Amino acid sequence: MYRIRFHGRGGQGMKTASRILGSALFLAGYEVQDAPHYGAERRGAPMHAVVRAARGPIQERGFVDRPDLVVVADEGLLAEAGAAILQGLDHHSLLLTVGREPAALWQDRLRLAGPVLALADAVIAAGERHFLGAFCAGAAARLLGVVALACLLQAVDDEVASFGEAAVARSRELAEAGWRGLEEHAGSVGEGSAAGASGQAPPDWIELQAEAGDLAAPSIHGGLSSIEVRTGLWRTQRPVIDYAHCRRCWWVCSEFCPDSAISVDADGTPTIDYAHCKGCLVCLAQCPAHAIRAVPERGASS
Amino acid sequence: MTRLLLTGNAAAAWGARLAHADYVPAFPITPQTEIIDTLAGWIESGAMPGRLTMMESEHSMLTAACAAAAAGVRVFTATSSQGLLYAMEMVYAAPGLRNPFVLVNVSRGVQTPVTIQSDHTDVLAARDSGFLQLHCASCQEVADSVLLAYRLAERVRLPAIVNLDGFTLSFTREPVELPDAQEAARFLPPLAEAFGTTARPFSAGRSLAAGAAVLDSTAYTYFRYQSHLAAVAALQAWEEVSDTFAEQFGRRYDGVEAYRMDDAEYVFFLTGALAGKARGVVDRLRAAGCPAGLLRPRLLRPWPEAALRQWLRGRRAVMVVDQSLSMGKGGVLHGELASSLYGQPGAPLLLSFIGGLGGREIAAGELHEMATVARRAAEAGEAPPPRLLFTAGELRVVRKQQALAQVAEEEKR
Ligand code: SF4
Ligand code: SF4
Repeated sequence: MYRIRFHGRGGQGMKTASRILGSALFLAGYEVQDAPHYGAERRGAPMHAVVRAARGPIQERGFVDRPDLVVVADEGLLAEAGAAILQGLDHHSLLLTVGREPAALWQDRLRLAGPVLALADAVIAAGERHFLGAFCAGAAARLLGVVALACLLQAVDDEVASFGEAAVARSRELAEAGWRGLEEHAGSVGEGSAAGASGQAPPDWIELQAEAGDLAAPSIHGGLSSIEVRTGLWRTQRPVIDYAHCRRCWWVCSEFCPDSAISVDADGTPTIDYAHCKGCLVCLAQCPAHAIRAVPERGASS
Repeated sequence: MTRLLLTGNAAAAWGARLAHADYVPAFPITPQTEIIDTLAGWIESGAMPGRLTMMESEHSMLTAACAAAAAGVRVFTATSSQGLLYAMEMVYAAPGLRNPFVLVNVSRGVQTPVTIQSDHTDVLAARDSGFLQLHCASCQEVADSVLLAYRLAERVRLPAIVNLDGFTLSFTREPVELPDAQEAARFLPPLAEAFGTTARPFSAGRSLAAGAAVLDSTAYTYFRYQSHLAAVAALQAWEEVSDTFAEQFGRRYDGVEAYRMDDAEYVFFLTGALAGKARGVVDRLRAAGCPAGLLRPRLLRPWPEAALRQWLRGRRAVMVVDQSLSMGKGGVLHGELASSLYGQPGAPLLLSFIGGLGGREIAAGELHEMATVARRAAEAGEAPPPRLLFTAGELRVVRKQQALAQVAEEEKR
């Protein structure tokens, strides 16, 4: 069975990547399972999607804990412990990073037992990061080596159709670019086997003891702890105030911001705290003077 | 035969479409939203006849479902977790009205604390309501179970819940063979036919007060017990419903799935999507010489007691894996199964494992360990206390979160 994980941020098309690869493998005659995994927050937050493919019925579900291939669409995630990218990687797992840095750098920094490949994402412009999924799916398909290009492109057509013709055309180009980019590594990912009954490490279960009520209630003590959470990292669009047009009305944008990320000084001038602004663009929609515009973030844009 | 890649949610929506649901009162909640999204799209484009109404809450949604079902139309609705709990007054009210409809529940843990990941505590809170309950283990089973649930519900005139796990089914795509539309229409004739001569329970010009108050305990007892008897009768009705389905569509759904049970001595007992992984573990245990098997009740209500007794007679031990928790008692399935086996000749030892809460992955290695624990218990002739699936590593994670939440050090001792 093939077991693949795509890691990225909400908004970068990892669910689409898993669907394109899933459909391509299905068209190639495999039994398939594909699924996104994410928490309550979506755009910009770390998420991943999995694909399983086998010639017979798939008797597994949920998290892929022994991946044959892990694709990381956003190098920044490799520094985030919560993204769990390295979980379950062993000597047989191939890590593919998509971005700017060379494979040698990740091999050295992460000290992985298995192979690392890097694929430059220079063909993808800052404003089209949401097409990363097609690129990653193409790359992954080539690494598996069991999907014909025609199957891959058919899968792109099927999965991207609802986004319109332009999206399909660009996704096809990028899926093929990802595919061609890994030509010399075609087929380098093989099917992993399931661990047999003897190969299973026993879990270190513990007896959970009753603890004091204060400890056992999910309460966060001490105010302002949310300041520590840099939700600005989730932003795919950045609101920018054009001070030439801002009327210093002093309250509309700051009042509507659901994250209290806009402060206003004594003369009514608003300032956005980009460490915490999530990029919801409520302020943009509400500003009566149309003084706020949106520009895409480099890391993840839609 | 067309096979498509569908999520569990899309499969549920297809079930409603193929059942020709006339009316869909709706209210969105993660992870169910894709179901009503899909239906709304089809109804808007004309691909599916019928009407969808957005309600202001799940309580109103269930009330509307009851009212529409009383008017004799085929009703479909869906919810999850807190939504089901919010509707609970009507969940308990609906069955006594004795009008069938189907409610899909996409299982998700309940608060507090809040989660959006799956466990079965939500649907089991509706266990005693009078709703029939079908629990699914694959996306194929979801699509098929919606059809099965309508036929069963319409036979015994009770509403039915079709349950699928959030994420592991709701958002997971896998190949599904869609039932043929004409065959589906043959399997589910228009409601008026299904109801026979009493056709429309309610229509203009024929006054009817449904769900009338009875203030004396005699009539109350009669009506309540009637609902219970109807639910019990659904076991017999299931035989006909699943036989007919198998004839028409080629897929058989027994009330209890039995996997490699013929000579099994150690039996996993669980519900829902975890069955897939458990089957794989059964195969590997067998390859290693351990006679393992799997029993999975598809029908949670009515409870297939006779079949369970029969399957489990003479086995050495049962590993009950509960993905739910009854506070102050423990795993719900464990209690249910124990009550069915108590005093039975040749009853196996029952072991209770509680895990999968809030979507917590149950690792294959843990299922293997359960079998090891069960073998030891069978040799000793005594079941160990209930085991929570929770590791030292997980406690370390909680300690870290408590530190971030500034829980006072002395409270942690
Ligand atoms: S709402 Fe617009 S005009 Fe008012 S302070 Fe904000 S940016 Fe300026
Ligand atoms: S984009 Fe949203 S979070 Fe950011 S400043 Fe505007 S309203 Fe606040």
